Amino acid sequence: MIALEDYASIVGQSSIDDLRLIAQHLQGYTIQNINSTAVGGGVAEILNRMIPLMKELGVSARWDVIRGDERFFVITKKLHNALHGTPVDISNEELDYFLAVDRENVASMEFAEMVFIHDPQPVALIEARHGHEGHWAWRCHIDFSRPNRKIWNFIEKFVRQYDVAVFSAPAFSRRLEIPQVLISPSIDPLSEKNRELHEDEIRQVFEKFGIDMSRPVVTQISRFDYLKDPVGVIKAYRIARRRVDCQLVLAGGGATDDPEGPIIMEQVKAEAAKDPDIHLLFLPPSSDLIINALQRGSTIILQKSLKEGFGLTVAEALWKRRPVIAGAVGGIPLQISHRYSGILTHSIDGTAHWIKQLINEPAYAARLGENGHEHILNNYLITRHIKDYLLLFLSTLHSGDLVHLT
Amino acid sequence: MGMSPFFFTTKYDQTLLLGRRARNASELAEGIAEIPAMSVYYHTHHFLEQHHFLSPEPPNDFAYWATNVLNDDLLGEQLSSIDVIQCQTIEQIRELLLRVLDPYLAAAKHLADCPQGEDFHFMSCRTFTLPTPYSASSLDEFCVALEKVSVSSLYYHMFDARLRPELGRNDFTIWFRDNSYKELAEALQNLDPYTYTLEGLRKTIVKLVRKYDRP
Repeated sequence: MIALEDYASIVGQSSIDDLRLIAQHLQGYTIQNINSTAVGGGVAEILNRMIPLMKELGVSARWDVIRGDERFFVITKKLHNALHGTPVDISNEELDYFLAVDRENVASMEFAEMVFIHDPQPVALIEARHGHEGHWAWRCHIDFSRPNRKIWNFIEKFVRQYDVAVFSAPAFSRRLEIPQVLISPSIDPLSEKNRELHEDEIRQVFEKFGIDMSRPVVTQISRFDYLKDPVGVIKAYRIARRRVDCQLVLAGGGATDDPEGPIIMEQVKAEAAKDPDIHLLFLPPSSDLIINALQRGSTIILQKSLKEGFGLTVAEALWKRRPVIAGAVGGIPLQISHRYSGILTHSIDGTAHWIKQLINEPAYAARLGENGHEHILNNYLITRHIKDYLLLFLSTLHSGDLVHLT
Repeated sequence: MGMSPFFFTTKYDQTLLLGRRARNASELAEGIAEIPAMSVYYHTHHFLEQHHFLSPEPPNDFAYWATNVLNDDLLGEQLSSIDVIQCQTIEQIRELLLRVLDPYLAAAKHLADCPQGEDFHFMSCRTFTLPTPYSASSLDEFCVALEKVSVSSLYYHMFDARLRPELGRNDFTIWFRDNSYKELAEALQNLDPYTYTLEGLRKTIVKLVRKYDRP
């Protein structure tokens, strides 16, 4: 079991001490996290790691999961997609059913002084607030930049009853009357996906997949779907390849429920079949060690997304001191300051240009990687995430721009 | 004679999203003129905290956006050249920013919009200050404590205290001056903290104070 002190050697003892100082001001309160699933998905993953650490800080933190039947989750999946901006058809009956299930949960749950609701599925639990003295925060983990207007209007009725709304990137903020807070996601430097690896562990993974570590390796780790632009990555690689020697690794899960997924997959396979230096790796979900090794052993990491939520694979690669070339979308510009801690691009040609540059200028590439590592160290590790959550609840107890805690 | 105790404080900022955005230099100027003072503070200072390891570090958010998103090197350079150290208040920083933007807009024949999805998002912050267990009653104790506190504490005493009179002038310079170390106070006052990384600044202050730590 990982303890808070284990992070001191990474972020510094003073940062851990400061977390304890902040947590002292939440003694006596219980923070109740509520979401819709105990396993799977990013929210469950982060709560699994954060709740024990918050308890270690002396904060009474708990986690409850709402109940719903299959129909409810089919509807919430539609809501999720609609908030992502995907055109979906949701009837008023479905919205009524959604509300009825949330109300059933309200009737069967006890609420703490501080309630932290994650994502749209339990958003209507705020109705429990009537006659309840607690502090309520709503956290939206999904890309919210272009939500379906009808569904946003439906969700907004509930959101505006909270004390505060939390978003992962500035582009997701809305015009709301309640305060909106930016809390970015984080990576755990001690997890299997990010821990330090021995050189042998890295080499074994490269050998297993037949990738030549003596030549430059350009890698993108992501699902094979349209929004991650794997075909664009191959095109950029081809342009760069005319001038520099390199291999391309595309690694990730299979096609998702994106209807264009299988088409993209076929295009990628067809392109890769023509070139032995393109390595397609279809990885199962439990491939954290392999991803870690691929990121650490690559010369350049790409994340050429056309649309992105936050894009934590960028933080993972930067943490490993890799130079990253990524699309300037979603939360990626928060993680990369162009030409300081990585490269932001907008096109296939731009991506190809920077692949050539970074392969030909390894000293500059190394500096980008080093700066990127420092940026992640200071801003995107789990300890910063805990600090933000502690401040979030402190903020519901105090007013004003400046709060002096004694 | 002992020195009066100096109590180290630390601080943390909560980032607020204002839901306001700019697509070009004109909207940027309108925003800068209207946003709350804390928002001006945020956009001209958070780079120092977020990128305190970099030297040279990126300039303020406005300059970074003008250079890297609008691709306007001239505007970016002018916005990054603003001498924040000369400002005693956040309103003075706002005025300097507008003093760059207003003539720029008056002279501009055409204003380019940023690429889609790369709008400038105005943000702000709320600051929480907390007392730390560290205090000093001598220069030696000061150096020992300064080496232990988080960079957030150093930041609070060197940057926040100077720009926010409502917080009180609880900074190192004042403490040295009040305790008859006028020369040290002056030397620290003359140091431009914006030209160091925070760790570099920490080392520089400790080195400076050690010079005056006579038995």
